[in-house]
Amino acid sequence: MGRITLDKVTKSFGEVNVIPPLDLTINDGEFVVFVGPSGCGKSTLLRLIAGLEDVTSGQIRIDGEDATDMPPAKRGLAMVFQSYALYPHMSVRKNIAFPMKMAGMPQDEQNHRIEAAAKSLNLTDYLDRRPGQLSGGQRQRVAIGRAIVREPSAFLFDEPLSNLDAALRVNMRLEISELHNALKTTMIYVTHDQVEAMTMADKIVVLRAGNIEQVGSPLDLYHSPQNEFVAGFIGSPKMNLIRGAEAAKHGVATIGIRPEHLAASTESGLWQGTVGVAEHLGSDTFLHVHDHGLGEEPLTVRVDGEMPVRHGDRIFLTPDESKLHRFDKQGLRA
Amino acid sequence: MATKASRAAARLMISPAVLLLLGWMIVPLSMTLYFSFLRYNLLMPGMEEFTGWTNYRFFLTDPAFTAALWNTLLLVGGVLLITTVGGTLLALLMDQPFWGQGIVRILVIAPFFVMPTVSALVWKNMFMNPVNGLFAHLAKFFGLQPYDFLAQAPLGSIIFIVSWQWLPFATLILLTALQSLDQEQLEAAEMDGAGPLSRFFYIMVPHLARAITVVILIQTIFLLSVFAEILVTTNGGPGVASTNLTYLIYMQSLLQFDVGGGSAGGVVAIILANIVAIFLMRMIGKNLEA
Amino acid sequence: MARRVTNRRKAVVTVLAWLVGLAIFFPILWIVILSFKSEGDAIKTPFEVLGSAWTFESYATVQERSNYFRHFWNSVVISLGSTLIGLLIAIPAAWAMAFVPGKRTKDVLMWMLSTKMLPPVGVLVPIYLIFRNLGLLDTRFGLVIVLTLINLPIIVWMLYTYFKEIPGEILEAARMDGASLKNELIHVLTPMAVPGIASTLLLNIILAWNEAFWTLNLTAAKAAPLTAFIASYSSPEGLFYAKLSAASTMAIAPILIMGWFSQKQLVRGLTFGAVK
Repeated sequence: MGRITLDKVTKSFGEVNVIPPLDLTINDGEFVVFVGPSGCGKSTLLRLIAGLEDVTSGQIRIDGEDATDMPPAKRGLAMVFQSYALYPHMSVRKNIAFPMKMAGMPQDEQNHRIEAAAKSLNLTDYLDRRPGQLSGGQRQRVAIGRAIVREPSAFLFDEPLSNLDAALRVNMRLEISELHNALKTTMIYVTHDQVEAMTMADKIVVLRAGNIEQVGSPLDLYHSPQNEFVAGFIGSPKMNLIRGAEAAKHGVATIGIRPEHLAASTESGLWQGTVGVAEHLGSDTFLHVHDHGLGEEPLTVRVDGEMPVRHGDRIFLTPDESKLHRFDKQGLRA
Repeated sequence: MATKASRAAARLMISPAVLLLLGWMIVPLSMTLYFSFLRYNLLMPGMEEFTGWTNYRFFLTDPAFTAALWNTLLLVGGVLLITTVGGTLLALLMDQPFWGQGIVRILVIAPFFVMPTVSALVWKNMFMNPVNGLFAHLAKFFGLQPYDFLAQAPLGSIIFIVSWQWLPFATLILLTALQSLDQEQLEAAEMDGAGPLSRFFYIMVPHLARAITVVILIQTIFLLSVFAEILVTTNGGPGVASTNLTYLIYMQSLLQFDVGGGSAGGVVAIILANIVAIFLMRMIGKNLEA
Repeated sequence: MARRVTNRRKAVVTVLAWLVGLAIFFPILWIVILSFKSEGDAIKTPFEVLGSAWTFESYATVQERSNYFRHFWNSVVISLGSTLIGLLIAIPAAWAMAFVPGKRTKDVLMWMLSTKMLPPVGVLVPIYLIFRNLGLLDTRFGLVIVLTLINLPIIVWMLYTYFKEIPGEILEAARMDGASLKNELIHVLTPMAVPGIASTLLLNIILAWNEAFWTLNLTAAKAAPLTAFIASYSSPEGLFYAKLSAASTMAIAPILIMGWFSQKQLVRGLTFGAVK
């Protein structure tokens, strides 16, 4: 079981209010991702749930039980840290055994669980090494192993992939998703990378300055962002946001159109501009279009990888009206 | 970044150290302050009485105090000059690649680990003794008259001995600082067309400035309290020729049993040391933030 | 990056550095040589000294006449005792300051340092009187207390700078893993900090071993450590070079060896982390 409820939780460091009153429910078995730019309070929120920080006011309940004042050890949660936080003086085996040793688990049971975890994480051959002798990905798996053996009611991940190189990050992302499918345990995952959020989450919580901007499934967020911030944050490349006269035509302050919802043509279209940098990814090409008369920012357009355009070419763009997002003066979805 | 529980634990864990040091500071300090206003001699028990500033007047107007203050300044200044200049040169030398670097380094820092009484006695007897000392043998070898260092130039000899003890400290710290200098910085300067001299003055000297300041301040703290070297070599003499403030107060308190006068001297010494300490603390405090 | 250096330049530097190094080391070398000479040979001219016979007799007489090993043992007890007690008090304090820093942590650290700046002679009289009244004069126990207190700020500071380098996340991981504060300190922090604790221990033994203000003023015959024992050779009848050399060699040898092992940490400890 791992149902976590935050009820009007706030956190201040001295005078600085990091988390304004915040309500959130995380259901048992859910994979929830907290995402937002750095300094948005996502890590603080995770540390509040972990019990590594006190809440200033409000209540945290785990499976219905008030955990607000419980020390971290008593909350039944396991955490995987950004730096992995492995104990450098212990072998992999002892690292994984540590939480069980602290809980006073019988040696047989400890060994059994270590073997099982090592097998599922491909660590069997490394059990007697020290963390210093392992690669980044292996350390990451040891940190996960140390979390698994406790059979926690929920896993907390604090930007666990940010220290890995790009290729490894993709692999570990899949491994963690697989793990979630196998264990079906609640997972709370903090990241600043919206790609990780989109690919892994059942439910994404977008945070900005301690406020929850939107909660929803990845596709909810993609298709109907509730405000400009979420619209700009979710999706890669970013959504084009257009203000001024063009937006006024639609009766709103800002309109947004994703790069993949702009049709490009060399002959005719609604808007026109000059091609700047073209990023060729093979299957797709991202064009940065300037001098379009719609604002200062270049428009980003996704076109087919084969489209023959060069720097300085004239290009015509037509937005897909049905995929247009409209936002009012407050930046809220209209 | 912590919880109430861990903050409470932290307070509990830090309190023994804080309480002990607080006691160590406040109890003797307030006693010194109190005694300094008393007429209090251990040879005349039961005669204690309040005398106001008398002890301070006597201590500060005593010609021995002026001499001791002067000697203290000469001792501290002389040793600082020798060790920082010598230490910088030595550090620059030892930073060059040469055969046996590790061994020479060990030889150079060794004097720092010699206890003050040993180094003072060795220099006094084996080297500076006018009859059997090595320097006397050397003088005779060249047909010169042996020189009685500790009788003729007591303070100079003590400055020399103390410098020998502290030169390794300065060298070691400056060498460490020199080695922490980013080699890429030097290479960048070289690419920018800086010759060896410009590299030394524009890159190495500013880098060393901080370490030199630290050396000066820390040595000053210790040098103000030089005691054993004087005790075993000259006993402050002849007369007060090699008496520093620490030794003067020691004589007053434990040899003449004048608790009041010694305490007044102690207060004066504390005030002087504090002036240095303030500068040192600023330096280290800045480093704490970095 | 190794820069290209001509062999000729390297040879010149080598000769120069070795000359300076040997000159600085020479007094120590000389007492070691004298300690293996007979009393009569030790006061001869340097060439005669080097040519004379080698003997262990000074080492034997030092022990017979002055009960050398009692003083040696006093030094061991005082320096080791004060260092261990200091560590016991300082480890929790340094933990608190490094991992649960508050607004006043910096002030507390600076204040601790400031107690170290107090000139010992400023509190000589009261400490002497307190010791006399409590019967602590000339006891090892009394010296252990004083040396613990005067070195405590250095121990706290050194440990603090070492603990600072241990990522706090590891201790938080231990807390998440269910470790109590006690287990966190014993199973996680202390083993990780072993190198730092060891060098703190080493440096403080050196400092306590060589401390020569309080040891000279607060001891007489009974509890005198080697600093005070050697000082007794300052009187004219102590002009026995070979014996003085033997006693001195034994007094500085252990510390010299420890010192050489801890040269790197020494800089950091003695500059309160200002130079690393």
